[in-house]
Formats: sequence, structure tokens, C-alpha cells
Amino acid sequence: MAEKEFEPKIIGFFCNWCTYASADLAGISRLQYPPNIRVIRVMCSGSISPHHVLRAFQKGADGVLIGGCHIGDCHYLRGNYMTIKRVRFLQDLLKFTGFEPERLHLEWISAAEAPKFAEVVRKFTEKIRKMGPSRLKQAA
Amino acid sequence: MAQEPRFIDTTKCTGCGACTDVCPVELPNEFNLGLDAVKAINRLYSQAIPSTFVIKKYDRAPCTLTCPAGINVQGYVQLIKLGKYKEAVQLIMERLPLPGVLGRICPHPCEEQCRRRELDEAVAICALKRFAADQVNLADLAPPLSEARPERIAIIGSGPAGLACAYHLALRGYRPTIFEALEKPGGMLRVGIPDYRLPKEVLDREIDYILGLGVELKTGAALGRDFSLDDLFDQGFKAVFLGLGCHVGRPLGIPGEEAKGVIQGVEFLRKINLGEPLEVGKKLAVIGGGNVAIDVACTARRLGSQVTIVYRRSREEMPAFHHEIEQALCEGVEIVYLAAPLEVVTDGAGRVTGLKCQKMELGEPDESGRRRPVPIPGAEFELAVDMVVPAIGQSAALGALAEWGVNISRRGTIEVDELTYQTSREGVFAAGDVHTGPWIAIEAVRGGIEAAESIDRYLRGADLAEGREVKREVQGHWREIPKDEKIRPREVMPTLPPEQTCACFDEIALGFNEAQALAEAARCLNCGVCSECMECVRVCEAGAIDHAQKPQTHALKVGAVIVASGFKPYDPSKYTAYHYTAYPNVITSMEFERILAAGGPFGGHLVRPSDHKEPAKIAWLQCVGSRDLHHCDNSYCSSVCCMYAIKEAIIAKEHSHGPLDTAIFFMDMRTPGKEFEKYYWRARDEFGVRFIRSRVHSVDPVAGSDDVAITYLREDGQLITEVFDLVVLSVGLEVDAGLKELAKALQIELGEGNFVKTSCFTPVSASREGIYVCGAFQAPKDIPESVMEASAAAAAAAELLAPARGTLAKTKPEFPERDVSQEPPRIGVFVCHCGINIASVVDVEAVRDYAATLPYVEHVETTLFACSQDTQKLIKERIRELQLNRIVVASCTPRTHEPTFQETIKEAGLNKYLFEMANIRDQGAWVHAHDPEGATKRAKDQVRMAVAKVALQPPLKEFDLPVTKAGLVIGGGVAGMEAALGLAGQGFKTYLVEKKDFLGGHARKLNRTWTGEPVAPYLEDLVKRVESHPLIEVFLNSEVTKVKGFVGNFVSTVDTQGRETEVQHGAVIIATGGHSFKPTEYLYGQNPRVLLSLEMDQALREKNPVVTQAKTAVFIQCVGSREPDRPYCSRVCCTHSVESALALKQLNPDMEVFILYRDMRTYGLRENLYKEAREKGVIFVRYDLENKPRVEALEDGRLKVSVIDHILGIPLNITADVLGLATAIVVKDQEPLAALYKVPLTSDGFFLEAHMKLRPVDFATDGVFIAGLAHYPKPLEEAIAQAKAAASRAALVLSQDAIRAGGVVAEIDPVLCVGCQACVGVCPFGAIEYKEREDVCEVNQALCKGCGTCAANCPSECITLFGFSHRQIYAQVDEALADLEEALEEAAGA
Repeated sequence: MAEKEFEPKIIGFFCNWCTYASADLAGISRLQYPPNIRVIRVMCSGSISPHHVLRAFQKGADGVLIGGCHIGDCHYLRGNYMTIKRVRFLQDLLKFTGFEPERLHLEWISAAEAPKFAEVVRKFTEKIRKMGPSRLKQAA
Repeated sequence: MAQEPRFIDTTKCTGCGACTDVCPVELPNEFNLGLDAVKAINRLYSQAIPSTFVIKKYDRAPCTLTCPAGINVQGYVQLIKLGKYKEAVQLIMERLPLPGVLGRICPHPCEEQCRRRELDEAVAICALKRFAADQVNLADLAPPLSEARPERIAIIGSGPAGLACAYHLALRGYRPTIFEALEKPGGMLRVGIPDYRLPKEVLDREIDYILGLGVELKTGAALGRDFSLDDLFDQGFKAVFLGLGCHVGRPLGIPGEEAKGVIQGVEFLRKINLGEPLEVGKKLAVIGGGNVAIDVACTARRLGSQVTIVYRRSREEMPAFHHEIEQALCEGVEIVYLAAPLEVVTDGAGRVTGLKCQKMELGEPDESGRRRPVPIPGAEFELAVDMVVPAIGQSAALGALAEWGVNISRRGTIEVDELTYQTSREGVFAAGDVHTGPWIAIEAVRGGIEAAESIDRYLRGADLAEGREVKREVQGHWREIPKDEKIRPREVMPTLPPEQTCACFDEIALGFNEAQALAEAARCLNCGVCSECMECVRVCEAGAIDHAQKPQTHALKVGAVIVASGFKPYDPSKYTAYHYTAYPNVITSMEFERILAAGGPFGGHLVRPSDHKEPAKIAWLQCVGSRDLHHCDNSYCSSVCCMYAIKEAIIAKEHSHGPLDTAIFFMDMRTPGKEFEKYYWRARDEFGVRFIRSRVHSVDPVAGSDDVAITYLREDGQLITEVFDLVVLSVGLEVDAGLKELAKALQIELGEGNFVKTSCFTPVSASREGIYVCGAFQAPKDIPESVMEASAAAAAAAELLAPARGTLAKTKPEFPERDVSQEPPRIGVFVCHCGINIASVVDVEAVRDYAATLPYVEHVETTLFACSQDTQKLIKERIRELQLNRIVVASCTPRTHEPTFQETIKEAGLNKYLFEMANIRDQGAWVHAHDPEGATKRAKDQVRMAVAKVALQPPLKEFDLPVTKAGLVIGGGVAGMEAALGLAGQGFKTYLVEKKDFLGGHARKLNRTWTGEPVAPYLEDLVKRVESHPLIEVFLNSEVTKVKGFVGNFVSTVDTQGRETEVQHGAVIIATGGHSFKPTEYLYGQNPRVLLSLEMDQALREKNPVVTQAKTAVFIQCVGSREPDRPYCSRVCCTHSVESALALKQLNPDMEVFILYRDMRTYGLRENLYKEAREKGVIFVRYDLENKPRVEALEDGRLKVSVIDHILGIPLNITADVLGLATAIVVKDQEPLAALYKVPLTSDGFFLEAHMKLRPVDFATDGVFIAGLAHYPKPLEEAIAQAKAAASRAALVLSQDAIRAGGVVAEIDPVLCVGCQACVGVCPFGAIEYKEREDVCEVNQALCKGCGTCAANCPSECITLFGFSHRQIYAQVDEALADLEEALEEAAGA
């Protein structure tokens, strides 16, 4: 039986004000990107706890993409500073456990940056596709 | 108030953009300053709110306005451009039933008016019409159906007028009967035009189509010969249309005209066209210069005759179409000009043998404007011919019409009402040649159309004239012809080769091929912008487009007007030295902003316009259109350009992929705003932006490239030339000319530069009471200032209107909420088609069926438009009938539509938070358009995630907290007093706390404002108003020492020399002011001749001899400012010193006054003061921070001030009698107050607002506001504006009866909380408090903004952000990653 081509599963945590809005604008602008992503809208990227991300990997996500406002643009003033810290911490943690930290990616995408949004999703999906399925998939 | 129509119903538009895709008209994108293109139906910019479209429409195009039949010419040309020939023909046939016929024979007056002629040649409109008609099988057209009408209508004549009338009546549901005298229909179209111009099959085809609509045709039935008008009415016809045409040739009136062999031109053509027998002569003389003459001549040529046309004037006067004359000549027709027939010469048998003619010459012009031919005496000649065909005009055969009550004009035509085409006899209408005399077919068509309209009205009993007007002259407001429109010659219609044409009756003109037609249609300039081709209407599934919308005028009853109409960027086209129009890579700063923008013309890629190359070197030229009386009248400084140039340079560097060199050419670097100076330093020191102090000498092209060379004089006098890839002109701010009209209409005065005149003491009040101004129409200013003034203007208006507050407010109805807390989830899922927006990609039905399988889902349904009124009603019904308690809508984005649906379910008795959206359009169908399977799979997953999330959603409570309707203002200076008056003026109790024992602060030390207004009287009045205001309670010698509570409910303790008072207030304004920096340098404090700015004011006020007796005065700027210790500009000092210098000059014009400065920062209109000082002889000497001036005391008590002259590079020594030090403005001891109200400070100690630009008087902490120098150094008028702004923002809190809290907020479970306080520090709003006694933290839900940062930081996950709980996020994660059922099935199947 020939193996089906690997289709990565990607979880996107996007803040309501910037990145989620840029995803909407990508739609309005009809910018195309692969449909591998599943989006969870949060109010602020600062509200994404490390546990949320770890849960995604535990359940077999091949990649997690976090999107927030540019530094200085946070709707809640400085929520995204927390995001930086947590993502750095998580990447270190993932590395420490022997899991590829590149499967977690953080990007600042403003509400106006629809082309950037589509580009980021495209590139991240391709990167994960190349990396192959998460080794935690079996466990999930 | 005049409102332009949008042509879109915003309540129906879903923002899908299908209309834009089909719109054929492109125009420069105004939002991107013409750097790219948009369609005539567009959205101003992609994030525009509302996210709906707008159609740009000017007057209808001149071609359309010119067409007698009113055909939408621009529209069908555009449809042809799109290749939509059927639609083009349909559009033509809304007016004209004979597109193929008129496409061949119309003399196209439209083309005469085509504005393309201003460039090259008119668009070949007529040929395009023919092309479209030739592509379409009329049988494929479905004419619009109307309700059948029983009234019988007789149409006499089947020419263009009769056919048009019959057609339009048929479209209205009538079944008219056409009576045609000849055996075949078509009138002149059939019998007057030869086949080689109009093939009969084209005519037959179109007449058949008209007859196919239910029009009856009776041929061989002539009015007068076979029946009378009365007969028709007797037979039951209710109306009659007379379209008899002009078929009788005019006689020559010369001897021999009755001879055999003389035949009228029209008769000649009729016989040939109907195939009747006619003996055509071998040699013909055709008399006349019109089209009939040419048609006769060319027809005769085809029948083998020799033809001579005799015309009495010259070629120029010939009325026949130019190309037809050419054709005739080409076919061998001879034309004898300037000859008039005298006599037909006959032989004995009465047969024609010749034509005797008189030679003519041209005399004076006659009434037609053509030169009158006059005989040359004795010059006669004879043509040997055997047939003479007069073709000098036609008239109508009117028969007994006059007797039947139809008035005939003196010209022998039927008289009709110009508007309605009604004749003098009731129920009888007439049009076409019989009314106009021989004229063009399209005019006859118009008459037929108009008569049909009249007949319809007549039969319905409606007013014939209402709403109709006689065609006015063609003029209008049309799109400007693009400057870069290229010359594109008109396509040439292919024709039969000349050797072939005169041998047969085949059509000469062959028509465009498709490539020609498309190219020709693309030449249209779209003068009206929107072409009204109606393609958008066809594709808009939501039915949102309404081309019939009209401009509206509204009358509003208001008590105050706020003018915030902004500025216009200076247009540098007139500034020839910079070659803005000539060089594509010299652009304005506004254009550069658009290039940098993600939504800009290049998607945020930094490329230059000429070749889309990434620039490696960019120059900014400052003060273009500012501080310049030579090239524009703007002597003022535009205030914002230095800062935006720095910003653009930094962002450009960030955007650039390669190394980017940036250079800013400037005169004075003006960064006097809060945190601006540091930004300037960072640009220079961290980003390496080059700042070059020089006015540019010249801007030149670089041969062989698109680059631009800049030559400038360096400060050391060296002339340098540098080449840049891109040059940005930092254009200034101007008042738009239209605003002068607005000011006139509002009756408000304008001052210098046409900015609205205001006083420093009432900075937002225009000269007329009740009219307020804010933003750049008052003076050039940046965003923070504008936003401050906006709030200030609102405060001023609110004070004026305080008694009326709330009187027009409407309260929303309350809906009782169903308690669903004990019910298991019963979820309803609605999946939206969004017309075809979702359904064309996502399998909506499959998503619906899939949703039905999910846990707790009780109901699933698809909707065409989930957001439509109908569906909202449906959702409410379903909630009630099925007792649903949670709703999921799978459609567009919650960012735009969640509130709509929440409102809907609220009305159905559900808590509005029991709702979730799955975004399957913006983040589904639209972005996976080529992957329907993937999009459907994703849609199912997002629906499953939404269902899982909403199932866990509890109803959320919102509750009201009371508001103490009182304000506290801390600081009794001008800002504090103005703020207090602002609050009290709006009716709120206000406490004013002042540390000192008097009110007024530093303003007491000021003499005048920069505009020359004396400060003391204003201040005196201000203090009086504060002290006497019944709502203001003043605490002198007092400080706030303790604060409890939060927004709406503060309790602050005021300590008055040991006595404590607790005041309750809902909001607080901090206006604690600033102080002058006391330096240790420049002999300050050691020498009585060295004075601070305010001390100089005092000396001037008190006429201190140190000042009044001085012969030489020196000012040193930036004392303590813009230095590493105090890295900010104190904003006011440059203007203050200039003012003082002018005061000294006024005191003693001979006094030598020096100002030693680093950059003169007389921003805005203050620049004029700087200019005045220079004119009055004040000497300005620039120094560098590295070479600060030195001050020594001389033995005679005077001072020696030395400074390095920056031009000469040598020390300049000034012996000064008095030295003014413009020292920094500083703040002291703000920390305790900041801590009390939980608000932050900048590193310079000033209070830090919530957002520098957007919330300049708010703090992140609700209910606390800032004004005056405690925020940043600023002049009096800005402090007053900010104080009013703070009052306005505070009043927003105080005017509410309650503060609504709850909803999406965080809550801490006290049972799980261990009191670690990890949450407290991360909350940006100070909403979390640690309760020491209980050792737990608690969220103040009135302050919580619902970001959830605390929830993510809590190690025990005991904080829940309602609506986004941990459980919900885990559920979404789990569901997103759960394998789809299909996948399992697939696996099972495989």
C-alpha cells in the first residue's frame, strides 16, 4: 500500500487584533495558502500559555504558529512581551526534551499585513512538510 | 449637508468583492496616490470600515450624452472590452432595437464628442457596435417580459422611428400594429440605403426580432390611400404613431424636368432596392451633394453607368459623409463642383440627351453658414447624359393629415410637442423624418423611443411630461484624461479592395476582427468612470448595488459644529527645481508612505516606481512647500515633516533587504515632541541615518538610468553631488482651497495661511460661537496634538450643550434572558453559503451534514446569507421552537459579524456569549479557492472546534458598577484650572487640589503668548471663574496622599496642612505642571546679568534696567535640553526666546540681539515669528553640542559670550549686557503620585500616557487622565487644549450612570490561588490586586480588559478568561487534531 503524501497538521494561535485580522484581510485580498492550518482565535498572544502549545504537540500537531501584534502595537499594551518570553522558553524546553523547536514559530503580523500572513503560513507549512510528521504523533 | 451617493446598500453588501472582479473600468487608486489602479467599484482600502464597496461615478460620458437615442455607449464599449458581446448587445438594445443596422449606417455624433480626440482620434464607437451586433445571434437574447397590455396601437411606417416605437411599446407589454405602405418593412433603411452599405439580411434579422416580440406588421397598407386616421380610431386603436418618413424627392424646378430619363434620387434607390424594373442610363448626371446623391452615383456605377455628380458649391460644403465621397471618387464617379443645373436637354422623343449647367462661384455665407453659390455670368456648359437624377432633398407625403387635425409646420413637417412628440391631435404622436425633415436614423430612433414612452403614459392616463426633459447640451464633470495615457491610433476597419467594390453590391466595410475590437474598446477613456454596464449588478448575489441612488441633502439641527477637515499635502508639481512631475523617482513623502504600507501599491515591498528596483540610496528633502515664500506661499513650518522623514528612513531601512543608505537634507531638525528627540538620536546613532544640514542646490537626472543626482552645498562650503535611487520630497501641510468655501459657509474667520483663527486661550474655538476646530485645519500639527484637540473640541461642545446631554439618546430594549444553566447544550449550527462566496469552494451541504453528527448539535441548517435580516429572524425562530441554547454560525469572521449574531440570539432570550463563529469564508473559501477538498475539510474542522468550544461556554454575566459623578483635578495651574472648568462646565462636581497657596502656577510669570496676547488678564479671569464656580471646590496648600478604589469609584485623601479630607470621585486628572531647570553653567546664579527665560519676562515686565539699558543681548538655547542628561527638547524655548528678542527690539530697535541655537524649533505658524525676528535684525548663530558657547564675566561687569561660528569656523566674541538662558522644563517628584494612581512615568520623569498618538491624555489605568507640563513641556494653548481634552475624556466616565463590567474578563478561583502574584505584574491595567489577608489575588472586573495574559501566566491555571477558558482552548486543540471521521472511513475502506 503506497503511503499517502504527508499533510501536516498545524495549529495557529492568533491574536484577535492583529494576526487574526490579517488572516481575514488575506481572505478579502484572496491571497492563497495551503489549508493545513486550524486557527484558534485568542484575544492576545500573551494569553497563550505554554500548556496550550504543549497540548497541541502532545495531541500530534506537526507545527504550532503563534501570531501577534508587532512590539508596540499590542492592543493590551504589552501582552506580546509575554509572548516572546514564553515562546523562547518553550523552544528551549522543546529542545531540551529532544523535540524540534522549529515546529513552534512566532511571528508578528499586523492587521494590514495580509501578504505577510499568507507568506508566513505558506512557508511554515512547507517547512513542516519537509520536516515530516511529528514524532509525538504515535503517542497522540 | 450634501451627501454623495455610494450606489451600494451597505446593509446588504457582504464585502465579497465579486463586483470588483467583473468591473471593466480601471482608474488610478487615489488612496495609493495613483501609484496603482483600482476598479470603478472598489473599497477605498482593504481594511476600510464598513467593509463594503463604493462606485465612483461622474456625469455620464459625453458619447452617451450625445447619442440621440441615449444608448449607454461607454457601457457597451466596456462590455466589448471584456469580450461580453451578448451583454453589450443587450445593453444597446435597452434603447436601440437595430444595433447591426445603426452599427453600419449611423453617422455617429457620439464620436464627435469623444474626449479621446483631445489625445489622438475618437474611439470607433459605431464600428464597435456593429462588431458586437455581428457576434450575437438575436435569438439568444431573452427580452425582459412585461405584463401584457390590451390597448391597440397603430404605427404608421416601419422606418427607424416606427420600429423603435413599436419595439419599446412591445417591451412595455403592448402588441402594436405597424402599417407599411410598401411591400417590405424598413422604410428608408430598406429603400434609401444600398446593399453595399447595409446588407438587407442585417435589416431583416433585426426587424424579425422586433416582430418576434409580438409586433404585428401589415405591409402594402398606406395611410391616406387605404385608410384614414379616423378609420384607425374607429377600428379600436387607442393611439397612433406617425412615422411616415420623407420619401418624396424635391423637384429641381428647371425646364425639361418632366422628361423621360429624369428620375428622383430616392425613387431611383427605392426601385433598385426593391428590385423593381428600372432602365438605368449609360451616362448619368446626379444633382446634389448629399448622401442620396452619392448613393445613387455609386449604385449606378455598380450597374455599369458612367456617373457625374453636379454640385453647386465646392467639396468643403458637400453634406455627404467624407468617407462616402472618397469612396465614390475611388469608384470612378466624377464630381463637377460649382455647377448648377439650368435645363434638361432632350431630343425629339423627349428623351434626355444632356444637362445644361451654370458655372458658379462662392459668395457671402448664407444662413447655414456655408458660402452662397452665385452664378458666373455667361459661364455655361452642357453635360452629355442620358439620365438625370435630382437628389437635392426630400419631403414627406402628408396627404390629408392637416384635415384630420394634425398640424403641419411651414416646412411641411408634422408639428409635435418637443418633449412628448404628441401632435395637435389627441392620441396621435409623430417622430422621425416626417417631423424633423430628412435627417439621421438615430434621431428617428430617439423620436420613436420618446413617442413610445408618451403613448404608454397616454394610455395609462399619466402625465406625459412629468420627469422628462429636453436633451440638454453635452457638458459634464468627467474624469481627467490621465497624463500618462499613451497615443494609440484608432483601428482601421478593413474594406473590400476598391477594384472589387464597384463591381458588386457586397458590403464594403468588413467589420473589425476580434483583436481589433478588443484593442479599440480598450482605447475608451471611461470619462464617466463607472460605465453603468451593470456587470456588478449581475454578479451581486446580495442585491446590494443600486445605480439609481441620488445625491442627498440633509438638514441637521445641531447646537455645535466641530470642524476637523484636515489638510492637503502640498503639491510639488509647480516646484520646477525638484522635477517632481518629470522624474518618476522623485516622489512625495505621502507616496513613500503608501509604498511602505502593506496595503500599498507594491504590497509593502520597498521598490521605486520607475522600474520596481529596490533602492539602495534614498534622499529626503525637507521643507518642500514649507518655510518657503519663493515657490509657494507657505511661510510657516508644517510641524510634522522632520519626524515623518526620520520615521520613513528608519522603516525603509527595516524594510530593505540589502543595505540602504538614507540621507535627510534639512535646515533645522525639528523634533520637539515627546520622545521625538530620542527617536532622532536613535535614527542617527543606531540606524545610521545621515542628517545633512543643507538646502539642496539642484536635482538632476542621471543619463542612462532612472537615478537622480542631488547637488548640495555642505556646511563647510564644499559643493557635493551624490546620486540616489529615489528622492522623497517631504511635502508640507496646506489648507485645501475647498475649505475656504467651507469657512465662508460656516462664517468663521481664517488667519495666516488660511488656517482657522483661534486664540491661544480658546485654542479650539473658531471666531463664531458654537463652532469648534481641531486638527490641521487649525494649524499644521501632528497626530497627538490633533487627537488632543479633538477631545478638547468635544469638551468645548459638551460644555455648550451640557443641558441637552442625553436628550437625544435612545435606549436599547431589554430582552429577558432564558436561564439555560441547568440545560445540557443544545447547539444549532448554521452554515452560510454567502451567495457563492463560500459555496463555490466549500461543500456547504457536506459541512452541514457533518455538523449534524457532532455532540450536542440539535439542529443544522444552511443559509444563503447568514447575516441577512431573514436569516436573523430564522435563527431566532429556531432558538425558540427547538429550545436551542447555543449557536454556531459558520460563515465569515467574528471580527465583523459576531456582534450582529450576538444581538440576534440576545433578542431570542439567550445570553449573547453562548455563540461562536467558524470562519469558513475569510479564512476558508477565499484563501483555498483552488482546493475545494482542503477547504471543506478545514471548514469541517473549524466547525467541530467551534461546537466543542461553545458547548463549554457558560452564560457570562455583565454587571453595572455605580459611578461617582465627580472629578478630581490635581494641580492648580492653567491646565488644572481649565480641566476643572471643563468638568464643572459639563455639570460635574469638581475638586481642585493645589500644592501652593495660590492658583495660576507658572503662567503667572508669563507676559504674552507667542501670538502677543497678554496672559495676565486671561489668568485673572480664569482664577475668578474657578473660584466662583459653584461646582468647583478648591483645596489650596494641599496634596493627595492616599487613593482607594478604581474608575468610577475613587476615594482620594487630600491632605491640607495636616488636615485630611476624603473626596469621592469617578475620575482624576493629573495636571501637576513643570518647572524651569536651574543650570549651573553660563554663570547662572553668579552674575545678575544672566537670566532664565521667565526671569527675562519678569525683567521686561518690571522694566529692569539690566534689560532696558542693554545695548547687546544674547540668548543661549537648549540650556539643559537635548543633552545626554535630559535627552528631550523643551518645545517652548525657541519661540520664547524669539518673542523676548522681539520685545527687546521693540524696546530698543538699536539693541544688538543674538540668539545662539542648535536648531530653531519655531514649529507651525510660529515660524512667522522667527522670520519677523530675522527681518528685524536679530542675529541667529548656530552652535554644536560639542562646541557650546562660553560665558565669562568682564571686568566692567558685562559678559563675554564666545561661540564658534558654524560657517566661518572661527570664534565669535560678543560683549553682552544681558544673557538669557532658555533652560529646559523639568518635572520633579512625580513618582509618589504615579504610584498612588498606578500610572507609569517616562525615563525623563514625565507621566506616560496610554498611547502617545491615539490616547494622548489617557492612562492605561481607567479613570486617570493627564494634562499640562506634567505630561511634557508645551506652550499655553497646547496645555489648555490638553486640559480640555482630559476633561472630555474624564466626562466620558462621569456621564455614564454605571460602568458596565464583566463579559470577557478574567476571574481567579480563590480556592486554587496560592497568592504567588505572578498575575499581578503582568496585568498592564493594574486590574489585579493581591489580598494580603486572604493570600489570594483578585481581578477587578471593572478594570480588566480581557486580554488573558494573567490566565496564561498563572502556574496553577486558576485564572479563567471567560469566553477563552483553558478548557475551551484545550477542547479546540483536541478537536483540531482529532482525526476526521472520513479519514477513518477512508482507512477502513482501503
